[in-house]
Order: sequence, then structure tokens, then C-alpha cells
Amino acid sequence: MTRVTRFAGRDPGPTARVGGFIAHLRANGLRLGVAEADIAMAALTHVHAISPDEARRALRAVCTGCKEEAERFDALFDSYWMDAGRVKQKITPTLSSTTSDAVNSSRDAKGEDASVTGSATAPDDGDGDAESDGTGKLIATELRNLSRKDLRDMVRPEEIAEAEAVARKLGAALRDRRSRRRIAARKGDRLHFRKTIRQSLATGGEPVRLLRKRRPDRTHKIVALCDVSGSMTLYAQVFLAFLAGLLRADTAADAYLFHTRLVRITEALRDKDALRAIGRMSLMADGFGGGSKIGPSLQLFADTYARRFVDGRSVVLILSDGYDTAPPETLTNALTKLKKRGCKIIWLNPLKGWRDYAPVAEGMAAALPHLDMFAAANTLADLAALERELTTL
Amino acid sequence: MIWTDLQNALGGQGYVASDDLAVSLHLALTLGRPLLLEGAAGVGKTEVARTLAAARDTRLIRLQCYEGLDAAQAIYEWNYQRQLLTIRAAAEDGETGKAVEQRIFSRDFLLERPLLAAITQDTPPVLLIDEIDRADEEFEAYLLEILSEYQVSIPELGTITATTKPIVILTSNGTRDLSDALRRRCLYTYVDYPDHGTELAILKARSPNIESHLANQVVGFVQKLREEDLEKTPGIAEMLDFAAALMGLGIGDLTSDPATLQATLTTLLKTQSDQANVTTEVAGRIAGRAA
Repeated sequence: MTRVTRFAGRDPGPTARVGGFIAHLRANGLRLGVAEADIAMAALTHVHAISPDEARRALRAVCTGCKEEAERFDALFDSYWMDAGRVKQKITPTLSSTTSDAVNSSRDAKGEDASVTGSATAPDDGDGDAESDGTGKLIATELRNLSRKDLRDMVRPEEIAEAEAVARKLGAALRDRRSRRRIAARKGDRLHFRKTIRQSLATGGEPVRLLRKRRPDRTHKIVALCDVSGSMTLYAQVFLAFLAGLLRADTAADAYLFHTRLVRITEALRDKDALRAIGRMSLMADGFGGGSKIGPSLQLFADTYARRFVDGRSVVLILSDGYDTAPPETLTNALTKLKKRGCKIIWLNPLKGWRDYAPVAEGMAAALPHLDMFAAANTLADLAALERELTTL
Repeated sequence: MIWTDLQNALGGQGYVASDDLAVSLHLALTLGRPLLLEGAAGVGKTEVARTLAAARDTRLIRLQCYEGLDAAQAIYEWNYQRQLLTIRAAAEDGETGKAVEQRIFSRDFLLERPLLAAITQDTPPVLLIDEIDRADEEFEAYLLEILSEYQVSIPELGTITATTKPIVILTSNGTRDLSDALRRRCLYTYVDYPDHGTELAILKARSPNIESHLANQVVGFVQKLREEDLEKTPGIAEMLDFAAALMGLGIGDLTSDPATLQATLTTLLKTQSDQANVTTEVAGRIAGRAA
């Protein structure tokens, strides 16, 4: 067992240590305020605080708010309180440089070497080959692109603003008459008793005017999954701007990127500064422009995030060309599972806009039966044009 | 009071609480904060509240959340029929409008729903807000007001302040992301499936008659089964049903009769595909490993 941290002699006391611990948690991304520090102190007075185990349990109950945080808590607790007997010099740690660095560092320091990586986009043994006779040839690769690409090079702020407008329209198009609550309305299907009684007082208990209530319209929640593998690089600009716009326009929307892995980018994209949001996202999208594993990524999504974020009122938007290196069965399974959550699945394929395009890529063919809508989307204008079709969904 | 007392008190009611859970409950009681319990279905989240109420000998007020839950079902509702009748009667007696209004918007005409009932008790009850993630965001926001102020505002009547602060326990299955505001307001514990020892203790507390050999096997089997790739992982209630089924059929050893074992799996596996995946051979193999 690790030994308890020894604090420096000039340490001002337990309150400061707990304060320092809260600051330590905060620096590591837990959202804690002054109130939590207060409760943490109070909580420690109610347990046997000398015992590390009890203190750990008490502080975990107070300082964490979800499963992920609870899982990370032990390591954070150890690093502060159980520092193998080493002397802690400073009570309040300085903000860890990694998180802030990610946002503010000069862009050249990041090394924009993605454009010169030859190997990552080299063809594999042809099993994911597209059957298109155009000039360009699209190939699914299995390799993960290890270079980091700065997505800020690809997206301009004006595009985000434009995309935001489009996303707003799409959200409005996805109205759904399924709310189970009722609100007062002129033409409602039920009586609004409370209002009716109130008004009937004026007429001596005779309900002369019957007021009504009805179910209001509710928006769908959009969950967007964007493929950023090598074969999608051309279209990534449009789609990333769209994602950024979507999350800014719609507070309930959710967004993910996938290539060989799946990353949730909702939190990053909610950043107030649009360009900084893209910057944060590019750090998370490590491996951008590499190989594509659509099936496994969607499977992972269906097994984990979808359980929490996808329900009968969600629309899952997949932005991908369907060139998958994994066997198509994985994709079929993932989509079946996703569909079971009651959501609608829309697949936007940039290649569908091509003349003579047929969904012959194995992955795409496997996915087709599970889709509520399969449409083309190359540009923001295409996305905007979807508005009408979405209303009929 | 220290937290082990609480743990023992819960144990006395047949609920085996993990140390984590006991400390959180203890803090929720002493600090007067709501406690948010998250975890998979069937790990005993709801049961905590029920047992706590029994252990403290107080009332359990339960609010089951669902989509579309609104103030009328959660907080209060006026008794409209009675109001209408009263207005008609008053009109015939020649009572003035002002007086009637005073009368029909009084506490006598108010139907208390769980949240209002919880703050107007004489002794602090346990308020269980079950599956909060099923209610929609609007309700969550309203709940926040009650959880922070412990008061309800009724336009016609004014503000009703809590006579006693209820012990609030919220549960969530994680079908929807809860708002940060709600999470911040609560203490939090993630309730996981119990480990082998804890589950064995639960089984023995709930079915004292079970032979320890079979109990060991049942718990081992269920623990192993949870590691399989299932659509619906069996919870503690399922494990207890499974044990009861085996005892009812008079089976003393899991490995002795594969066919009967397969038949009793209906208590554990609740979807068609899970039942299809866990065939007699698979079940036998798991039972063999668990033994």
C-alpha cells in the first residue's frame, strides 16, 4: 500500500490541505466549486478522517458526480494524499500545463505534418477497394495515422457560423409530436381544468369557457457520428464545420468522431470560442486521416455511449463514405443494436452525390437495410437541402 | 453515530450495503444532502431507500419518474371536482366571489402528491425519486428548486416551506445524462454489481435456509454469467429468484443436472437472444467453472 503524503512544515493546516485537494481535482477536470470544498470539509468531520479509506469514501461521495469521475477519483486521491511518503512542498498545485497548453500554444509547434504522411494513406491489399470508375480512387486503410492534424487549418470561423444556421434549420425540421406533457393551447385535445375552474369563478361556477391543453411539439435530439478516416479527408472540412455549428445551435446535440477509434467531442465543441473548440477537438482526434473501422467504432458506440445518450427521441446522423476495413457483419450488428434503442438512423454519404454511384462497398451495402434515410451530402448547401426530407421522417 | 452503525442497521433489515454505499448514506443523513445513486438495473438502488425507511422507522414516499411526469402528478393538484361543486353550492347560498375563492384555494382542496407530501410530514420521511433519468429535463429543473430550497410555491396559496427536511434518495439507470446542476446538488455513489463475498452475504440474508454449498455455486455462477456478453445482465433480484427456483426444485448441486439448470435459467436471462446464446453446454461450462 502506498504511504500517506507528508506535508511541509509550513503547511497551514488541514483546511488548506483539503482546499489544495479540491484545487487538484479541479485542475484535473472535475467541476467543483467553493460549495463542494465546504461540504468536503463538513463530510470529513462526520467520518473517521484519519483513516485513509474512510476519507477516500467520504470525499468520493462529495466530489464526484458521475461514473467516469468516480472511476478516476481513486488515482487522483492517491496522487495527492498517498504520495509514497514524499513531502509535498506546495499545497495548492499550479494548474497543470497540459490542459491549457492544448488550447493556447502556438499552432506551428503542433507540427502540421499530416500532409506528408505517405504511408497512412497507402492502399491495403485491395479488400476495401471502391468499384468506382471515376478518376479518383478511394481506399479504406487499416493503418492508424499517428500524425496529428490540426483541424483548425481546415475550418474557418465563417463556415462555422454558416453551419450553425444550417444546423438550426435541421433541428427545427426534426419536430416530433410526441411529448407526453400538455400545455395550455387554444386547440387542445383535453380540458385544462385548472384554468377552467379559475375562470368559472367569474360566472358563478358555470364553466362557460372551456380552456384546453395539448401536447406540444418536441425536437429530436441529434447525435452525429463523423468519419474522419483518410478516405473522408476531402469532406471533413464541411462535416466538421457542420458538427461545430450543430453543437452551438442545439444544446441537446451530441457529436463523435471515428476513424480507427471512437472519440466523443461534444464537450470540446461546446467551447465558447468556436476556433478553440476545433483546436480542442483536433487534440482528441489523434489519428485523423488514418484508417477506417466503421463497424467496430459503431459497435463501441452502440455498447457504450448509445446506452446513455440515444433513445426513442434521437436521430443518429452518420457521416461516412462506408469504406470499412472491418467485416460488414460488425456494422450490421452495431446498427441493429442501435436501432433497438428506438432511434432513427440517417446516413449521409458524400459519394452518393457522384454520378453512377451505387452503394457497392461491402460496409455500405450491409448498412442499407437498417437506415431510415440514405442521402448525399458534400457541401453545406446539400445539408441545408435535407431540411425538407427530414420533416417527412 | 458513525457509518458502521448505519451499515449494521441496514444489515438488520436484510440489506447488505457496501462500505462505499454506507459512508455515502451516512453523509447524506448527517449533511442533509440528497444522495444520487447510479448503477445498472437490479443492483439494489431502490431497495436502499426502502430499507433505510424501515431501519429508521419512518415513512417511505416514492415518486416513480416517467417521461411526461409533470407538476400535477409530482407535486400537487387541485381537487377540481370538489372545487366545482363548492362554487355551485356557494352561488346558491349567495356567498360572495371573494369568499368562495378564498375557500376553494385552501389546503382542504389541495391533493398532495409525493414531493409536497414529503416536505409536510411530522417526522422526516425517506423520499425516493426513482429513475430520475426517465423524467424529462423540465422536471429535473423543477426538482432542483425543491431540493435546494425545500419549499413549494403554489400561486394561489403562497409558498409552503418544509416542516421537516426529507431524506432524499435519487436513483438513475443512466438512460439519459443528468444535468450538472442536479449532480452538483447531490452526493454521488455508483453502485456496482456486488463482489462474490457481498453477494453471498446478500443471498444468505435473504434466503437463510440455503445450503452453503449451493449458495456458493449460485453466486459463482451468476458472477461468471455477468462476465458473458449479455444484452441484459442479471441483477441481484434475478440471482435471488434463481436460488429460490433451485431450492424449490430441490437441486443441491448445479453441475448434477444440466437440463434442469437450463430450465431455471429463465429466472436469470430475460431476453430471447440471451436465452439462445446461453445453451445447455454453455450453462454447464459456466457452472463447472463456478464450482
